[in-house]
Amino acid sequence: MMRADNLFKTFNPGTPLENPVLRGLSLTIESGQFLTVIGSNGAGKSTFLNAISGDVTPDSGSLFIDQQDVTRLASWQRAGLVARVFQDPLAGTCEGLTIEENLALAMQRGQRRGLSRAVKAAQREAFRDKLATLKLGLENRLGDRMGLLSGGQRQAVSLLMASLQPSRLLLLDEHTAALDPKTAAFVLELTDRIISENKLTALMVTHSMRQALDHGQRTVMLHQGRVVLDVSGEQRARMDVPDLLAMFEKTRGEQLDDDALLLG
Amino acid sequence: MSLISMMGALEIGLIFALVALGVLISFRLLNFPDLTADGSFPLGGAVAATLIVSGHNPWLACLIASGAGAGAGWVTAWLNVRLGILQLLASILVMIALYSINLRIMGAPNVALIGMPTVFAPFVDAAADNGWLIQPLLLAVIVVAAKLLLDAFLSSEAGLALRATGANPRMARAQGISTDRMTLAGMALSNGLIALAGALYVQTQGGADISMGIGTIVVGLAAVIIGETLLPPRSLWLITLATVLGALLYRLLIALALNADFIGLQAQDLNLITAVLVGLALILPRLKSRFGKRTGGTPR
Ligand SMILES: Nc1ncnc2c1ncn2[C@@H]1O[C@H](COP(=O)(O)OP(=O)(O)OP(=O)(O)O)[C@@H](O)[C@H]1O
Ligand SMILES: [Mg+2]
Repeated sequence: MMRADNLFKTFNPGTPLENPVLRGLSLTIESGQFLTVIGSNGAGKSTFLNAISGDVTPDSGSLFIDQQDVTRLASWQRAGLVARVFQDPLAGTCEGLTIEENLALAMQRGQRRGLSRAVKAAQREAFRDKLATLKLGLENRLGDRMGLLSGGQRQAVSLLMASLQPSRLLLLDEHTAALDPKTAAFVLELTDRIISENKLTALMVTHSMRQALDHGQRTVMLHQGRVVLDVSGEQRARMDVPDLLAMFEKTRGEQLDDDALLLG
Repeated sequence: MSLISMMGALEIGLIFALVALGVLISFRLLNFPDLTADGSFPLGGAVAATLIVSGHNPWLACLIASGAGAGAGWVTAWLNVRLGILQLLASILVMIALYSINLRIMGAPNVALIGMPTVFAPFVDAAADNGWLIQPLLLAVIVVAAKLLLDAFLSSEAGLALRATGANPRMARAQGISTDRMTLAGMALSNGLIALAGALYVQTQGGADISMGIGTIVVGLAAVIIGETLLPPRSLWLITLATVLGALLYRLLIALALNADFIGLQAQDLNLITAVLVGLALILPRLKSRFGKRTGGTPR
């Protein structure tokens, strides 16, 4: 379970570049729920995910993961609770390290790291089996540098890394945006499989309304740093992309009217 | 070049192999451009010399000297991660502060160690005059041990966390690694090694001198860069091996250049030779690939 309460975040406050990005964002995700998030560019989706992971500290508001108040924890302190896959395939892995070293790093997410060998022989077998499930032939390339892999391969490995350790929440920020359509479809399918196999609570940001409706059980729309639409269950099942688009346009219009009123 | 002067070059090369391993940790693994070395190398020397002169065991002196160096590296990292001072600037601050501190420790611009017990003394037979052979041998043992220990550490869980910190700090944090703590620890390790080199240096040179640190970082970097052109960075132990060999080769080339009378170079030309050597090492990979193409070898 993840609960965000009334989050506010303004970048560059008190300067001409002042940019209020989160404006009272509240959202609760139940355990085991797979939520998709849509919203236009600059709506604050990435900032919200960064606030959950601890990369961004909110100005006010609070964040709970399973009853634990994590608002003030640094990102590395929350890593045991939160797993994530970045949009940029280069961001989620270390290209200078080998595939098995990257997996070993993720294997210990949120745990104490001591002086025993990082990559143990027994682990290597487990890594090989896990990589084999990707069907990318990576199981024979444990010692290859991560930098040698294509973007799609790296995202697939990133997903695998995110699932090596149990987490309370999986964050996916447009993790297929940098991939070609075929690879993107493959990575999405893998995402669904990993989330359902591990019964993960997940939050996936996407720009594709199709993806937003086809994956997960609930969809929310962010606009100007707030949740403006929240659909699930029956209502969502009956929805199609044009319906969502229409609602999207409608809220945007209303929002504009609101702002016009405020200004006027 | 005589055998004895060759062994002399080897001896200094071995000492600078420790410096180069330290520089490898900061510049290459942690991605932390650190100039503290110019202060932590003489710090190691000053602490060791002062302790030995006041009658302490030379091995203990080395240990304490390393600890002092580790403290200096820790302070540089602290200025950066806690106070947000730019890496280069933080290290320059510590470096100049150490100049005064080193003077305080030594109490004079130099401390002589002639006739004092050193780590080498028990093995050297004065009658046989075998210091020229024993000193490089013992240093070789120390350097090999340092390399193997470093290899083992870097392939441990904590070592991997250190490498991830330098390679992709955001990813490292997402994996639960405190990049701040890793930077503090890594910089302490790096400068601890460099100070150990300083402590051994004064024991081979017969004393410590306040200006002995000038150019340490350049030599360390030169060794790392020469090592990188020497061997492909395929695995960790190859990288540390290349760094050690780079330091040895660097000193041998310097000795050759200075000893070849027909070139007419003298001791004061040392820095010029260093610049030329590092320059060559930097362009060598490009020359290699061009040469490879022309002879129809495998293109890279
Ligand atoms: N670290 C930062 N410093 C200053 N401004 C930032 C920072 N991070 C984000 N912003 C600004 O915050 C706003 C929201 O950015 P955010 O990345 O959260 O949007 P998004 O909804 O993810 O958009 P997109 O769909 O384009 O990814 C943008 O105007 C962006 O420029
Ligand atoms: Mg974004």
